[in-house]
Amino acid sequence: MDKTVASPAEAVADIPDGASVMIGGFGGSGAPIELIHALIDAGPKDLTVINNNAGNGHVGLAGMIEAGMVAKLICSFPKSKDPRAFATRYLAGEIELELVPQGTLAERIRAGGAGIPAFYTPTSFGTDLAAGKPTAEFDGRGYVQERWLKADYALVKAETADRHGNLTYRAAGRNFGPLMCSAATVSIVQATRIVAPGEIDPEQVVTPGIFVKRLVRVEAPQQEEELNRAEAVYP
Amino acid sequence: MTDISDIKLSNAQIAWRAAQDIEDGAYVNLGIGFPEMVARYQVDGRQAIYHTENGILDFGPAPAPGQEDWDLINAGKKAVTLNPGAAFFHHADSFAMVRGGHLDVAILGAFEVAENGDLANWSVGKGGVPAVGGAMDLVHGAKRVAVITDHVTKTGAPKLVERCSLPLTGVACVTRVYTSLAVVDIEAGRFVLREKLAAISLGDLQAVTGATLNLGGPVADLIVPEL
Repeated sequence: MDKTVASPAEAVADIPDGASVMIGGFGGSGAPIELIHALIDAGPKDLTVINNNAGNGHVGLAGMIEAGMVAKLICSFPKSKDPRAFATRYLAGEIELELVPQGTLAERIRAGGAGIPAFYTPTSFGTDLAAGKPTAEFDGRGYVQERWLKADYALVKAETADRHGNLTYRAAGRNFGPLMCSAATVSIVQATRIVAPGEIDPEQVVTPGIFVKRLVRVEAPQQEEELNRAEAVYP
Repeated sequence: MTDISDIKLSNAQIAWRAAQDIEDGAYVNLGIGFPEMVARYQVDGRQAIYHTENGILDFGPAPAPGQEDWDLINAGKKAVTLNPGAAFFHHADSFAMVRGGHLDVAILGAFEVAENGDLANWSVGKGGVPAVGGAMDLVHGAKRVAVITDHVTKTGAPKLVERCSLPLTGVACVTRVYTSLAVVDIEAGRFVLREKLAAISLGDLQAVTGATLNLGGPVADLIVPEL
């Protein structure tokens, strides 16, 4: 078994117009910049993107938004140091926003990967973000019903992968990666290193390979924060 | 009437007071911005372990400029360091720690706190781009949910009120408020005054508070060092 493909361009080439795409990362930490930029080059439109944020500056997810590829964003915190790419389009009514509390976003994605269609959480009970959702009381406390979240594709950044798709991550760059790999039909992972099966200690595997469809090696991945400090723009 | 701008505590002093209540061995989440300052005033001889919702337990202070690792950041997206014994985890585990009752203390900022413990701290409710992040999760699950805040808004309106006027972050979730004038507990749907600056009378404090301050026993002087 070998899930490796030759390039980021090849890895994302079949993502069609209208697809839902989960993108890993919390801000720039764990953001799969090379996969996102390959997707900008490919240029599908009307995408629904699931990410914690809404881009920063003019690279990565902000670059996708500026390229007019994103119809809807599902996220928890659409603000950043330079949020103009999203903010101007949102305020002009050109992009739809579904705002989800951060822990609820994570749990909805986890539930999507785990085959759990809905769950109850105390988060957002009694607030505007619970409007229209079913509620229930358990042991005297109010909870809100939330639905699973799945996607056609996921773009995720890992540190080391083996050819079967077993993954390790780097520091807090792990964030949404393991969840999104499990919740997408086709999960696409860029890894700094791709090694032979057996070279990752099974005790150290964070995402088991069953959740990964495609791997691509990106030896020296770019960091969104460093690109922004250099005032980079993509494309 | 006392001019409260002459006597009120600085943000650093409010953070210092909140830090005195963090017990040895506590697992703590500090909200982004002002609450992050609490970590600076950890009491000597006590060890708290700080949680950041993007997936680290036991992170330390910022690295020296130029030493940042941008995969190693906190919820405010600032670079941090690791203490010995730190751990990484994914987002679903991170919020299991939050909602599952595993944190001892969460300390947050506030626009308004109501006497029943309702908190408004995520939205001013008009225009702009809405953003919530982890605020609605953090108010559920920690054993103590404390707020640090100025006692009044920049225009002098009370921030401790009978009912919040801004969109809620959570219902009946706050247990203690540290303000620039006082320490107030929330018990059985009412504010109970525990400490106040000696320089302000009870009447003047009540006058800048939007709901009744109840007395649950003697009120101690709120004493904080110059910082």
